[in-house]
Amino acid sequence: MVRPVIQVHGLRKNFGDNPVLRGVSMDVSPGETVVIIGASGSGKTTFLRCLNRLEDPTDGLVRLDGEVVGASVSEKQVAAQISQFGFVFQRFNLFPHLAARDNVAIGPEKVRGLSRSDAQALAEQELARVHMQDHKDKRPSELSGGQQQRVAIARALAMKPRVMLFDEPTSALDPELVQEVLDVMKDLAKDGMTMVVVTHEMSFARDVADRVIYMEDGVIAEEGPPDQLFGAPKTAGAQRFLRHLSHD
Amino acid sequence: MKIDWDIVLQSIPLLAEGVIVTLQVSAVSAVLGLALGVALGLGALSRNRVTRWVVAAYVDFIRGTPLLIQIFLVFFALPMIGIRFDEFSAGVVALSLNAAAFVAEVVRGGVGAIERGQSEAAKAIGMRHRQLLVYILLPQAYRQMVPPLTNELISLVKNSSLLSVISVYELTRAGQAIISVHFVPFEIYTLLALYYYVLIKALSWLSVQLERRLPTW
Repeated sequence: MVRPVIQVHGLRKNFGDNPVLRGVSMDVSPGETVVIIGASGSGKTTFLRCLNRLEDPTDGLVRLDGEVVGASVSEKQVAAQISQFGFVFQRFNLFPHLAARDNVAIGPEKVRGLSRSDAQALAEQELARVHMQDHKDKRPSELSGGQQQRVAIARALAMKPRVMLFDEPTSALDPELVQEVLDVMKDLAKDGMTMVVVTHEMSFARDVADRVIYMEDGVIAEEGPPDQLFGAPKTAGAQRFLRHLSHD
Repeated sequence: MKIDWDIVLQSIPLLAEGVIVTLQVSAVSAVLGLALGVALGLGALSRNRVTRWVVAAYVDFIRGTPLLIQIFLVFFALPMIGIRFDEFSAGVVALSLNAAAFVAEVVRGGVGAIERGQSEAAKAIGMRHRQLLVYILLPQAYRQMVPPLTNELISLVKNSSLLSVISVYELTRAGQAIISVHFVPFEIYTLLALYYYVLIKALSWLSVQLERRLPTW
C-alpha cells in the first residue's frame, strides 16, 4: 500500500476555552480528492488551517510524506515544509501591489530560489494552466473574483505543492463566476493532484470527490464515497445537514 | 499701538538666516530620525520579544516626557557622563531621537494595518517572517505611511523652535535676538509665526505632490 501524502492524528484545536477541533484523524492518499462538508462552526476550515500551520494545533500531529509538520526548530525548514501545502483562501488574498504574474512568481523566486527569469517563465506556465495567461500583467484590483481566485490557485501551484488545500474557494464569488473556478479544480483533480477541499458546492463534491467527509462539532461524524454519503447518509447529523442544503 | 515697519524690513533678511538653520537642523534630524525610526519600527515588528520590548520602552519614554526635557538631557546631562555635543549637534540628536519614536509608531501601525490575509498568504507559500515584511507588508504599507510621516515632519520643524533654549541660532532664536536689542515682540513674533506658517505650508504641499506620485492598486 502506498504511504498517504497526509496523515493526521488526533488533531485538536481550542480557541480559548472553546474546543473547535476535538480529535480529528484521517489520511489522504496520493492523487485523492477529499471534500469536507459540514455546517459553519463544525471546524472544517480550522482543520484545513491546522494542516499547513496557519493555526497551531493545540494537540495532535500532521505528517506530510511521513514527516511531522512543524517539528523542525529552523524557521526556514518549517517554512519550506509549509510551502508543500498549496493553500487557496476564500478571499483569494492576492498581493494587491503585484501584477498577476508576480503574484505567482514571487514564491518560486524568493522561497524556492529560482532565478527571476525562471520564476517568471514558471508563473506564465501556471497562469496558462488556469487560463489566465492573457491577464498576466494586471493587478488583482483589475480582475474579477473568479479571475483572482484562479491566479491564487496558480500562485499555490507554482510552489509545486504535494497537496492542494481549498478553503471554501467559491464562497466569496458571484454565482456566475463559481463555475470557472470549479472547472480549474476539476482539471487539477483529473491531472492527479492530491486535494483537500472544504466547500458547500455539493455538485462538485458529487462529481469530483473520491471521498466525502462530514464534520460536526469538531469531529468527523461520517465519511464515505460521495454516492454513499449523499445517497444514504447514516448519521442523523449528516441527514439533517444535507436535507437543509437541498432546500436552499 | 504703532508698528515699527523699519524693524520689520530689517528683520526679514536677518530671520531668513535663521530659516536656513531651521531647515538644516530639521533636514538632518528628519533623515536621521527616519532611518532610526524605521529601524525601531522593524524592531517593533520583530519576532523577538526582547527586541519588541526594548522598542516599546523607548517609544514609551519619548512619548511620556516633554521634548524640552529631552533636549536638556542631551545638552546638559549627557556631558556629565562624558558625551559632549555642540549646540547644533545636540539639537539634531535630541530632535532625531524624538522623531524616531514617532516614526517607529507610524511604521508599526502602517504594517499592522495590512489585513491578516496578506500575512497568511505569504506564510502559505513558505515565506519567512523577514521575507513577509520585505516583499509583502512594507511595500503595501509605505504608501499609507506618507501622510502620518508628513505630520511627524511638520511637528519636527515646529519643535525645532525649542532648540532656541540651547542657543541654536535657528529661526526662533534669531527672532529673540532682535527682540532683545530692539524690544519689538509684536512685530517679530508675528513675523516668526508667518515664517513658520509658510514653511509648514510648503512642506504640506510637497507631501501632497509626493502622495500623488505614489503607485496605487
